[in-house]
Amino acid sequence: MSSNLSKHCLRTTFLSNIAANHNCPMSFVEYSELIQEGDVVIIFLGHDSMMPIKVESGAQTQTRYGAIRHSTDLIGRRFGSKVTCSKGGWVYVLHPTPELWTVNLPHRTQILYTTDIANITLMLDLKPGSIVCESGTGSGSLSHAILRTIAPNGHLHTVEFHAQRAEKATEEFRDHKVGHLVTVRNQDVCKEGFGVWGVADAVFLDIPSPWEAIIHAKKAFKRRGGRLCSFSPCIEQVQRTCEALLDHGFEEICTLEVLQRVHDVRSVTLPLPDFGPEGGTDKTKIASDPLPEEVPPSTNPSYSSVTCRTATPPREMAGHTGYLTFATKPRG
Amino acid sequence: MADSLVDVECRISEGDYVVLKRGDVYKSVQVQTKKKIIFEKQWIFLDAAIGELYGSTFEVDAGGKLGLRKPKNTEDDSTEAKEAGQDNRHIVDDGKSQKLTRDDIESLKGQGMKGQEIIQQLINNSTTFRDKTEFAQEKYIKKKKKKYESKITVLKPTSRILAMMYHGREPGKVCHLRYDTLAQMLTLGNIHAGSKIIVFETCAGLVLGSVMERMGGHGSVIQMYPGGGPVRAGMESFGFPSHFHDTLNEFPLCKVNALLSGTLNVDEKDRDSGKSEEQPAAPSSGGSESQSMEVSTDPAEAKKMEERERLREQRAQEKKVRMEEKRKRLAAAAALLEGRNADGLVIASRFHPCPVLLGLLRFVAPSRPFVVYCQYREPLIECYTKLREQGGAINLKLTDSWLRHYQVLPNRTHPVLLMSGGGGYLLSGITVSADAATSGAPRKTGEPAAKRIKLDD
Repeated sequence: MSSNLSKHCLRTTFLSNIAANHNCPMSFVEYSELIQEGDVVIIFLGHDSMMPIKVESGAQTQTRYGAIRHSTDLIGRRFGSKVTCSKGGWVYVLHPTPELWTVNLPHRTQILYTTDIANITLMLDLKPGSIVCESGTGSGSLSHAILRTIAPNGHLHTVEFHAQRAEKATEEFRDHKVGHLVTVRNQDVCKEGFGVWGVADAVFLDIPSPWEAIIHAKKAFKRRGGRLCSFSPCIEQVQRTCEALLDHGFEEICTLEVLQRVHDVRSVTLPLPDFGPEGGTDKTKIASDPLPEEVPPSTNPSYSSVTCRTATPPREMAGHTGYLTFATKPRG
Repeated sequence: MADSLVDVECRISEGDYVVLKRGDVYKSVQVQTKKKIIFEKQWIFLDAAIGELYGSTFEVDAGGKLGLRKPKNTEDDSTEAKEAGQDNRHIVDDGKSQKLTRDDIESLKGQGMKGQEIIQQLINNSTTFRDKTEFAQEKYIKKKKKKYESKITVLKPTSRILAMMYHGREPGKVCHLRYDTLAQMLTLGNIHAGSKIIVFETCAGLVLGSVMERMGGHGSVIQMYPGGGPVRAGMESFGFPSHFHDTLNEFPLCKVNALLSGTLNVDEKDRDSGKSEEQPAAPSSGGSESQSMEVSTDPAEAKKMEERERLREQRAQEKKVRMEEKRKRLAAAAALLEGRNADGLVIASRFHPCPVLLGLLRFVAPSRPFVVYCQYREPLIECYTKLREQGGAINLKLTDSWLRHYQVLPNRTHPVLLMSGGGGYLLSGITVSADAATSGAPRKTGEPAAKRIKLDD
């Protein structure tokens, strides 16, 4: 499904800027009601099955339920509508959000998922107006979430040393109408830093050797300081990062790990064991039993199981994504 | 230059809501001159903090006054350990290793000795300190510092700090909502500037405040409240600028049914205000009575009566203004809800979430996220089941999260020994249009459930 999107992107990157200015087109930082040409919409095909598409009049998108014709099936429709495809099956068309984008974006790197993103956002004190430095940009999963949170008056300075990835990210931000909130720089954060000094409220690092970038992070912060987060999969990386943070005068250094379990809601049926016929004759049993209504379940074979609704944890789940190290850069 | 201008806002002023931090303990207070505050078994006055920068650390003196502490760890080297043992094979717990008695320590404190110096005295008088391993020495110092040094840092409140504070101090007040779970709610709910969000919470106003922080004063929040009025102490602790409050609306839960059925009349005085309306009405009838009696009473008495009358009228007038204000706010909230086009719904309460969710979801536009918190899993299983039956929501997920902190130190890195057992459960999803499929090619009408179509494929 991601290859589908990239095909669309390649064809329509430059069309997006022509999209009508009136009637406020969809963006990742502002909800709109109706689908328009140039929008990115998320097609919801069923449980855990989605695909992003870029809306173009005249275009068609194939799904397993048949084709979706953009001009008639999408443009002018309300986000959240049910759309019938050519084979008769139906899908829902959803407004994009950073969270939907995270599970649908074309991977160019390993990405951060919503559970970690949520904690990073809260623990970095991000809010509208925050100035954030990030490296590397990667596939832009976290970047979209940051942009959503800091809009309409914040800014993201993101650094990606891989030229093609940097370019692709720039293109995507423009397509998603958040280009005005972000500056992508193609440079090595460990050598050249973030390209800005004394402006950041928060710094986020997701690079192989974050300890080499701490000095640059320090310089990126506002004089009054701010919050830093570094994401690393290995504990040795965390160890070196914490040492570097301490050396550079960071405070409140704290490392944590968050995992999420998705529970499967379902009905389960537990059979009741058969203890055989009870001792004594039936007559004396019934006569002595103060609660005759309890007799049928144990004697009637049709009551030999109990059904209850429950939620079961997944058989397998993501057991580790990375350690999140947070710190406060004090005024300096 | 610009930074120094901005710094004016970074200074603590009287009336500010701040958070005090000592070690890992937080307390939210309002800065008031000459006001005694208890924090960590200590009386303190915040007067000296006024005018200082946020993030400053203070030392508390004997009288509870704050003294600004010199920036940075200049004092840390004084307790540098010189000698250290290899292991604890010769260390015996005879309870006599500390030569200072409790009375000695008390008298040192009484002399107004600084925490730092007391710790040095304790080290000097410990016979086993030199034999302890380097790690054990560090641990010893850290423990003593916690006890004898009282450094208090004054912070600007944020969701992070307040959520950690409530979870640490008063989990019962926030339905045991842990901060990582709150973080999930704000993200799953796609809370951002410019949207219209419905919040129903009984978490002291913490969730409301966090939503407002993420909206930055852009857009609108409608707080649905149970009982007589909304609880907002937690939200007040954020110390938002006044324009944030303009974006906040409230609507009583008990009027939801009337609003949904279209029988809510905000122009007409509702029963509550109707009752209180009678009281101000009474004096005016009394007024006409006194007028008729005016001739028979003496002038002084009449003047007094008149004065009393005037006061009563004034109070009635004030009440009327307040009622009118309340009515206007109700009408404004009703107007926001009536469009049934809210951009999100956040629920975190001690009530059963099922009726709340099903009722309030009707005010949310299609293709918008919603998120429900509950301390327990079973009520959310019920919500999940009902929503699946009823439709109108997709991508339903019942989740919980697991949070582990790490101690990261040279050669002593490991998970922190104590971790939180549970941070509650979340049910999240996305609304969709309940109406029938719209399409350019309606071949089959009355399409059955998705499952059958999947079989065709």
